[in-house]
Amino acid sequence: MTDTSTGTSTTLQGVGIGRGLAVGTILRMPDPLPEPADVTSSLTADAEKVRAAGALAAAAADIRLRGDRAGGSAKDVLDAQAFMAEDPTLKSDVDARIETGKTAERAVFEAFAAFRDLLVSMGGYMGERATDLDDVSQRVVAHLQSVAAPGVPTPDYPFVLVARDLAPADTALLDLDRVLALITSDGGPTSHTAILAREKSIVAVVGARGALALSDGETVIVDASTGVVTVAPTADQMAAVEQTLADRAAAPEVAVGPGALADGTKIPLLANLGSADGAANALELGAEGVGLFRTEFLFLDAEKAPTVEEQQVKYTALLTAFEGKKVVVRALDAGADKPLHFLNDEPEENPALGLRGLRALRANEPILRDQLTALANADRATNAEVWVMAPMVSTVEETRYFTTLARELGLKTAGVMVEVPASALLADRILADADFASIGTNDLTQYTLAADRLLGSVASFQDPWHPAVLRLVGEVGKAGAALGKPVGICGEAAADPLLAVVLVGLGATSLSMSPAALKDVRAELARFTLDQAKEFAELALSANSAVEARVAVLAAATPITTSQKLEKSE
Amino acid sequence: MPERTVTIASTHGLHARPASLFVQAVTKSGLSVQLTKGEKTLNAASILGVISLGIEHGDEVTLKTEGDNADAVLDELSGLLTTDFDAS
Repeated sequence: MTDTSTGTSTTLQGVGIGRGLAVGTILRMPDPLPEPADVTSSLTADAEKVRAAGALAAAAADIRLRGDRAGGSAKDVLDAQAFMAEDPTLKSDVDARIETGKTAERAVFEAFAAFRDLLVSMGGYMGERATDLDDVSQRVVAHLQSVAAPGVPTPDYPFVLVARDLAPADTALLDLDRVLALITSDGGPTSHTAILAREKSIVAVVGARGALALSDGETVIVDASTGVVTVAPTADQMAAVEQTLADRAAAPEVAVGPGALADGTKIPLLANLGSADGAANALELGAEGVGLFRTEFLFLDAEKAPTVEEQQVKYTALLTAFEGKKVVVRALDAGADKPLHFLNDEPEENPALGLRGLRALRANEPILRDQLTALANADRATNAEVWVMAPMVSTVEETRYFTTLARELGLKTAGVMVEVPASALLADRILADADFASIGTNDLTQYTLAADRLLGSVASFQDPWHPAVLRLVGEVGKAGAALGKPVGICGEAAADPLLAVVLVGLGATSLSMSPAALKDVRAELARFTLDQAKEFAELALSANSAVEARVAVLAAATPITTSQKLEKSE
Repeated sequence: MPERTVTIASTHGLHARPASLFVQAVTKSGLSVQLTKGEKTLNAASILGVISLGIEHGDEVTLKTEGDNADAVLDELSGLLTTDFDAS
């Protein structure tokens, strides 16, 4: 434990997610284990078999215990993993390998790898279980080598988790009640870690270079509003944080209600949803409708597209939950990070620049027609206000294609997502045909900065505060205002409270985000007038970089921020 | 040797949770149970084996075992395989 009463603190700068503040001790995510060396064992085969059996049983018990603690769907996954460690066929294979002189570590590694290759060769769902096998294999080997098991730590006390980045499999098992904050060295504001943090309202700073040099047990202050991680804070800094946390706890909750600026300008706050299941939670958190309904869940894991009837049932469930409210449904957005084999099975060098979004739908028009027909049927059967939009539209001609088809199939309001710089630059032409535009800031940032969203090494480019991205948003906002067409934002950017104000200043007329982010954004919007929002937008546009833009707007918006209080106290 | 041939009810086949519940029941029975799909027969207590058979909704599989309680165990296991765990 670091002595917090003396000495000087150091800081790391990353990108904060939300506005949370936390203080706690660090636990690092252990690094993956190296492959066990293929050397001849110095023990007898029987002794190695006993070691292997012991480690397999210990890993199974350990996994089962974690499953009981996690509960829910994580328990099912972990129970299956425990059975994998206890698998009699696997054990026979391990023993057979040990008979040839291999160590228990190597035999376990090889036996799991053989099963993994078998599952991968089967593809689909089986292929996805391959990561489960890798995880079990690593845990058994860790037991054999008496080292910390890889994967997320599961201590019995609250901690600040430090990792390079978190994979979905890691976060599914994370005990959120014990995680005070997340710090990652890689990954940007659209990384899986950031999205999780936003959804679950976890204090997080991502892309903090140097975070991996932090050690277990060190005390840190994590301030998401500034993106600063203070290592080994002084007593004064600790006191300032405690005070801020107490002030925030005492501050009255902003009432749930429609989003509006301080001058009364209405900015509807909508929810991003991936299935009808989240509807009740979104409404409870004050969502005024759905700004982005992702329909991929209907298609993932599917060998072929679901029927019109199957889709209609799901859409009806969603629309019923949002009776009388706006629901913007995005047509199937496959490709790049979420390939669907029945849409596009051709391997591509650059999937983000390939046959994805509307391009893939157009190449498989019957699938698009079925989806739009199902949606139009569900619309007729319910009382929500249904809008439909096409993903990744890059030309005026594509806009015409989609809006014409949607209207022909009975949908009243048809728009496009602006994710490609080309459609932002020609927004005046595109909005002449489309009923509305919705800006997907994640992809718009990726395409504007030419930086792969999924590539950690270029994550620092993936910042929607970048003035180039904001200028494109402004183009769409201007076109929308001139033509009287709504312009929504449905990327992660809308969930950043201060950036949300800037986006409104650039002409956004509604904001859609993970429901958990609604509260902070609603509170932030209520602090400023439309004129102030426009002023912030000008400040951000005139900056040279994302960091400069954020700093300039933060300074204008907050006379005394937490970070300044901390600096004063140093 | 007593045996039962049943049709898999779970919508997504014998994967994940249904496979785990099935293997758990086999292990608990204490008997050595064989599972056959097509020409492949394996130890039903092996979750990796069960998963790798790629058993889908509507597939026919045969269970075989012998010993005390063999019929009761086969009835219980058949019951699991003909329940749709993916319906909720």
